[in-house]
Amino acid sequence: MAKHFVKMNVNGKDVEVAVDDRESLLDTLRNQLNLTSVKKGCEVGECGACSVLLEGRCLDSCIYLSMWAEGKHIITVEGLTDENGELTDVQKEFIKQAAVQCGFCTPGFILKAVELVGDNKPYSREEIKRLISGNLCRCTGYMNIVTAIEHAIAHNMKKLGIDYKVSSGFSSLEEKEDSLEEKAKELYKKY
Amino acid sequence: MEYDKFIGKYVGRTELRVDAYGKVTGRAKYSADLAPKDSYVAKVLHSTIGNGEVVSIDIEEAKKVDGVVGVFTCFDVPDIEFPTAGHPYSLDPGHRDLCDRHLLNKRVRYYGDDIAAVVALDEVAATKALKKIKVEYKEYPVFTTAREGLDKNATPLHPNLFKDNVIAHIDFKTDKDFDYDKAMEEAKKQYGAENLVEIVKNVKTPLISHSHLELPVSYAYVDTNGKITVVASTQIPHIVRRCVAHALGVPMGKVRIIKPYIGGGFGNKQDALYEPLNAWLTTKVNGHPVLLEISREETIVSTRTRHRMDADIKGVCTKDGKLLFRKITNYVANGGYASHGNSITAKCAGIFKNLYKNPMGCSSEAYTVYTNSPTSGAMRAYGVPQSVSFAETLADDLCFKAGLDPYKFRMDNIVEEGFKDGGNVFYTYGLKDAMKIGHDHIKWEEKREKYKNQTGNIRRGVGMCCFMYQTAVWPISLEVSGVRMILNQDGSMQLQIGATEIGQGADTVFSQIAAETTGITFDKVYIMSTQDTDLTPYDSGAYGSRQSYVCGNAIHKCGQIFKKNILEYAIHMKPEYKVEDLDVDNNNVIIKKSGEVILTMAELATNAIYEKDGLNNHIHAEASIETTTNTFASGCCFVDIEIDMKLGLITIKDIINVHDSGTILNPALAIAQVHGGMSMSLGYAMSEELLVDEKTGRVLNDNWLDYKIPTAMDSPDFHVEFVNMKDPTGGYGNKALGEPPAVPPAVAVRNAVLNATGCMMNEFPMTSQRLVAEFKKQGLI
Amino acid sequence: MFDMKWFHEASSVDDAIEWLKKDEDAEIISGGTDVLIWMREGKYAGKALVSIHNIPELKGISLEQNGDIVIRPATNFYNITHNDIIQKYMKSLGEAVDMVGGPQTRWAGTIGGNICNGATSAESASTMSAFDANIELKGPNGIRVVPISNWYLGPGKTVKDRCEVVTKFIIPKSNYENFYGYYIKYGKRKAMEITTLGCSCLVKLDDKKTKIEDIKLAYGVANPIPKRVVEGENFAKGKMLKDIDEQFLKEYSEAALSGTNPRDSWRASKDFRIQLIKELAIRTLKESISRAGGKING
Repeated sequence: MAKHFVKMNVNGKDVEVAVDDRESLLDTLRNQLNLTSVKKGCEVGECGACSVLLEGRCLDSCIYLSMWAEGKHIITVEGLTDENGELTDVQKEFIKQAAVQCGFCTPGFILKAVELVGDNKPYSREEIKRLISGNLCRCTGYMNIVTAIEHAIAHNMKKLGIDYKVSSGFSSLEEKEDSLEEKAKELYKKY
Repeated sequence: MEYDKFIGKYVGRTELRVDAYGKVTGRAKYSADLAPKDSYVAKVLHSTIGNGEVVSIDIEEAKKVDGVVGVFTCFDVPDIEFPTAGHPYSLDPGHRDLCDRHLLNKRVRYYGDDIAAVVALDEVAATKALKKIKVEYKEYPVFTTAREGLDKNATPLHPNLFKDNVIAHIDFKTDKDFDYDKAMEEAKKQYGAENLVEIVKNVKTPLISHSHLELPVSYAYVDTNGKITVVASTQIPHIVRRCVAHALGVPMGKVRIIKPYIGGGFGNKQDALYEPLNAWLTTKVNGHPVLLEISREETIVSTRTRHRMDADIKGVCTKDGKLLFRKITNYVANGGYASHGNSITAKCAGIFKNLYKNPMGCSSEAYTVYTNSPTSGAMRAYGVPQSVSFAETLADDLCFKAGLDPYKFRMDNIVEEGFKDGGNVFYTYGLKDAMKIGHDHIKWEEKREKYKNQTGNIRRGVGMCCFMYQTAVWPISLEVSGVRMILNQDGSMQLQIGATEIGQGADTVFSQIAAETTGITFDKVYIMSTQDTDLTPYDSGAYGSRQSYVCGNAIHKCGQIFKKNILEYAIHMKPEYKVEDLDVDNNNVIIKKSGEVILTMAELATNAIYEKDGLNNHIHAEASIETTTNTFASGCCFVDIEIDMKLGLITIKDIINVHDSGTILNPALAIAQVHGGMSMSLGYAMSEELLVDEKTGRVLNDNWLDYKIPTAMDSPDFHVEFVNMKDPTGGYGNKALGEPPAVPPAVAVRNAVLNATGCMMNEFPMTSQRLVAEFKKQGLI
Repeated sequence: MFDMKWFHEASSVDDAIEWLKKDEDAEIISGGTDVLIWMREGKYAGKALVSIHNIPELKGISLEQNGDIVIRPATNFYNITHNDIIQKYMKSLGEAVDMVGGPQTRWAGTIGGNICNGATSAESASTMSAFDANIELKGPNGIRVVPISNWYLGPGKTVKDRCEVVTKFIIPKSNYENFYGYYIKYGKRKAMEITTLGCSCLVKLDDKKTKIEDIKLAYGVANPIPKRVVEGENFAKGKMLKDIDEQFLKEYSEAALSGTNPRDSWRASKDFRIQLIKELAIRTLKESISRAGGKING
């Protein structure tokens, strides 16, 4: 089978990969570029675990041919942290709001959340649920994921000077947001 | 409400997950992520008949496919039948798991059975070769339900084990002489026939797929020391080691199982799935790494499922609300293989009997039957979602018929504090308080009043459901857990355990317990998340909501020994003190009374290792405990729903789970755990159901488009509360919480439908189609 | 890795046709959300693929000088929903394709694929039928235009020849002007769903908003192919809004039902589909009238 060189920008770096015509973008990212945060869950575009940002939009990489990625900008979760290991607001909120459990769907959800934050729109909880409905999760019931995304959007809205109210997050917890913020800072230091 | 609860420095407080950073950055590696790049790829050939035998297999064409390394069939595998259930081994032969399958099977017991495997250089070659394998079958009639399996004419699927298809027939009775009809006669005498209300009905529960996001992947190789090594997505590495050794006929020491991060299990991975086959395949290709990544479709059909149950139920109460006696006969389809055998049915039967006081008795009878359908095994809450689908729909139906309030009925009739069943005891009892919290949250009386006599297309209803749940599996099974703590030179701790993190947050609460017990701070506890049967101590794994109870107690015990070892070394450095005067706090050795720091842990640890004092003291501790207690957890769900009658659509307007799970070790993670369980139960309530074609045994909806787990849009916001009180049996007083959240919501929704419409839905899931059919039957639309 | 015979990225429609002609196993791939799934499951295993993924002339939506709306086939669902022309004149189409799968599918999948897969469940199909779209194809024998009412031959089958490429969907001005519509996709979940039943209604009221001047009613899954149900349309055409009551709606839904042929399958029973056909007819009509500025009592 024919192989072609495909040039793309992955996580900010220009790469040129010899791609078998038959490869999905999922295959190429995982097997050739070792970007294993891109997960295989169903191979037919039903679960969103293989989501990547392609030109800023989430796509299921399992049903996207690598041949089409020529000249495209692709971001995976590996590409979100800066060189100091600083996390994005989305990642921090996923940790703080306990939106991570087994972690297998997490990269896909995080990329979807990054896309939504990038829309610069004050999405409501219901809109968020609609916009993440292409990603399946079996651990969380989605509740904390939606809350984490709301909080991440809130950080961005604050920067943009737009009024935006988030739901309470851990309403039934005795601890308050501040102490969690402290704990989060400690956690990020540990790594 | 105020309880005697435990809130320590770490335990009882929210700590952020220790694995969260790795998971949000994509650095956390799962089995497939770790497979060597040059791994061969294996694919499994599944039967395309539901019942019969493989007469012959022609693999010649398949072997010719470019890139094929080897083709192996059911005629090549060792003639060893082995068990797969995630149970500890039993020294009592009568209590061992059934050995009823080969690595590949000549005798086909369900549509999708494993009959051959291809090992190839890549996936395309393996898939092409599979298609070229020609199989000749001899077919037998297919039977997919338990009732059909009981028929005398049904072919016995495992004639060497059973002459029929009955894996077990049980009848748990409150009293061995209990008889339903006699109880009825007695009740008529005592209360008068006109004062009795009886419900007789049948309830069916669906075949369900766990639908963890990560497929049950493994890769296997023979290591340089000759060990057959399998890196696998499993909840139970030590048990898988035993099953692999058994299946291959090799000593256990020759097998090594490594469990990296795993993407959910929910009980499916509480079974040896394809690890034994993969272990054997690598031995057939000279020990080269073999990656066996089964597909979603294969996972749905050919791993495990939640049991489909079909129960005849009856019960009697008095018109003024005293529940008198009940009987259930449950027909349980187990699929082609035993997996966990009768144990799930037994747990279901036990909870049915125990959830209510039975002043005039109860009989909980069940048949676990082999069928030509996907094998059922463990799934979150192990038969108890079905159990409450029987007990808690019966309770509401009796109330409806008698005109009673279901909340008050439960308050009067439900199991009481101190209840005992064998070794299981209801020590701390928060069930009624949980009900009170749920009742108040949902505004029970107000809504019951408001929702009376509704007409029209949009109707509202409130419903509730209660449950009780054993913590861990003692005394049915062995409960052991091993822990090792090692002091690093900088005063931090390595924590090694055999219990597994599968997404539930185990590693985080284990670290909290270790920190709480030893005085070493949470951030200085480094837990080893990968379980490796060569390195980590023995623990039977993640199931039965057992780990925070059993392993938690083991960490508590190990931590005390570890601290004692630290303090004994401290007095070697500071001979002026006695061990009993000292303590460890905040990474320092302190004087108990004054809190004065006499040594930092780093000083102590460095000294302990490097001081030429002849003590050679690398401070560590090991502990293994066998738990011989069990305590009931409990709780309830309350829900407020809206129904669009003409389209059969249920919308959850408000829902709350309240859990009596003892000490809540980490509130944020506990709440998150409850959310997930509630979501799973709503799938059971409304949309999830594997359909098995009656004629062929083929699963019709073996993918996530047709098998419908809830999406974000289908998921309401969930309310969660706890009755947080310290149980006397555990180190920190915690009880089961992992599985229970998945128990009550489905039935609460069902009972809310009854409240809204007067329709008794007795088949789960309550799909729109079933609702519309029932509403039409009742003349409501 | 897909089991693929060969792959060609076409630079133009003519180039695509040339490559399709070369090999009987060659099929078109556009967004890939159907074709790659079929390739994996076996239906398309071993096929050669001619990609029209990157042909600019097949993308975009325009309002022609004569007032016709042209939707080019490789336009993805997301871009249809968010297109100004669609939002202004064909809102119900934008809403319909916004119910395809999930957001990822709506970004990758195209309306051309949705219509060419021949599925009666396709989200765009009933609304495109209600709008009586014309389909322009180019093939080895030149260009032809097929009305959507003649497009479907049976489940998964259309009149398109293997070597033909759909180049345009044309919605004549008279088919959308002053029509207001509503589409309901009934699925078991709220997302990631295959349509159990789809119903699309378009209503044109008279100037005074008192009468249904014209109505289009089309279904997906109610028949083996997506199509308009004139039995329902004729029943409602010319109806004064003030006369629309429960009795009328009941009879209207029965009339709509008479133009359908729902079947029993493991996905849904015939009885349940009948219930949906009737109920969705009523709900789409009511909402369409409301969107057209009309008021009814029922």
